[in-house]
Amino acid sequence: MGELRAYAALLGGKARSMASYRTSFAIELLSNLGSTVLDVVTVFVLYRATARVGGFTLAESLLMTGLTAAGFVLADLVVGNIDDLKRYVRAGTLDTVLIRPLRVLPQLIFMDLPLRKLLRLAFGIFVYVAALVVNHVHWTPTRLTLAVVAPIGAAVFFGAIFVLTASLAFWWVESGEMGAAFTYGGRDFTSYPITIYSDWFRGVFAYALGFGLVSYQPALALLDRADPLGLPAWAGYAAPLVSVPAVAIAALVWRIGIRHYRSTGS
Amino acid sequence: MGGIYASVLTISPGRPFRASVTTFGALVWSGFRRYATYRQATLAGSFTNIVFGFLRCYVLLAVAAGATGSRPGGYDGAQLATFVWVGQGLLTVVGIWGPPDLSDRIRTGDVASDLLRPVPPVTAYLAADLGRFGHALLTRMVGPVIVGAIFFTLTTPTRWQTIPLFAISTLLAAIGSFGCRFLINATAYWLHDARGPLVLWTLGSGVLCGLYFPLRLLPEWLAVTLWVATPFPGLL
Repeated sequence: MGELRAYAALLGGKARSMASYRTSFAIELLSNLGSTVLDVVTVFVLYRATARVGGFTLAESLLMTGLTAAGFVLADLVVGNIDDLKRYVRAGTLDTVLIRPLRVLPQLIFMDLPLRKLLRLAFGIFVYVAALVVNHVHWTPTRLTLAVVAPIGAAVFFGAIFVLTASLAFWWVESGEMGAAFTYGGRDFTSYPITIYSDWFRGVFAYALGFGLVSYQPALALLDRADPLGLPAWAGYAAPLVSVPAVAIAALVWRIGIRHYRSTGS
Repeated sequence: MGGIYASVLTISPGRPFRASVTTFGALVWSGFRRYATYRQATLAGSFTNIVFGFLRCYVLLAVAAGATGSRPGGYDGAQLATFVWVGQGLLTVVGIWGPPDLSDRIRTGDVASDLLRPVPPVTAYLAADLGRFGHALLTRMVGPVIVGAIFFTLTTPTRWQTIPLFAISTLLAAIGSFGCRFLINATAYWLHDARGPLVLWTLGSGVLCGLYFPLRLLPEWLAVTLWVATPFPGLL
């Protein structure tokens, strides 16, 4: 209980600091919404030139984009700020966090919970639901469950990727923007049907790293389409499970990283 | 009333022009060295640019494959690939997402010491940014372009004039991008915290410069408006 109160205090501090820079916060809120809107607009612009990309129509693609947007933004909202870990390591802020009698990961999350991303989450969910409606999904109880579980699975998976890439900073402080290749890069990857990528690139991102199971496979199952790349139909229903090993690996790496951490002394 | 006097070492009293050139050059060089210190960050950044290069390139090529005559917006496959990979290189060279130094300094008050210096702040910041530009040109441009050339067919310019024109245009773009970023950062003078405008800039510049897709894919009236009325297409 006392622990919860401490987290609430961290969050309250954050909220107060945001309230003191109101104009900037309002602009941030809108521009954050804009970034997800633009991702979706990009898909529309690209489909102006062609009716099908990688064998999928605009509506089908939008289902993948919407699923990705909803999942990614939820992950970004909750743990995305872990990206700043390299800054905390370099500046020594992490030392302050470590000496408090609270768990490290939740502290870092509550130190900067970005409420400015809330509008974005609403928009992501809106696109996902709209895509489900436009595609005339043939509803069955299993599909309904999948439609609910898939974005949550995607969020958990992206959350694990955020923690994993941020953990890099424990070993390599100057990893800079490298994490973005897998977090934001992963989001871009799963926003489109994976049929468009070349074999080796798809092999690495979709199957070895698991991004193919985040939105592409569940979307196929929802659309009742056979996978042109040859995975069986049940793969789509099982796909959200990919977040389980992802979280396990992320948790393990995070723990090793925290033990490995030696203060920079600054 | 006893005044406080400060004097600055004058490099060459008789030739003020030479003095300002020397100062400017020294600032450019220090900007260059600042970025040259972080070699690993340069490497990590290039890696990220390259991954995004692959992602964007495959998407545009897939669009081209489905488009009528395989030429969306009048570009063929090799041109689209060149557009993506050169764009990934230019992104950091032009620095449309440069560091928010100025707004941070305004928020913390450090900017006061910049204003006390005998060099106008705009000039000083421009010099430092040109140093960054020089460093990025040597390090960040080559990676994406070479990887792009290995994995995709790129077009090479057929006229020799293209190369010097490209160089001049890149330099002008860097200065233009600096100007825009300086203005955005300067909103912190009024807002105290320029995070919002900066996010807006990051967002707008990415799409309006044509980083995500060539602007010709937009409806014509919109593309023309962007070309004529905004600085964005000139930056990348």
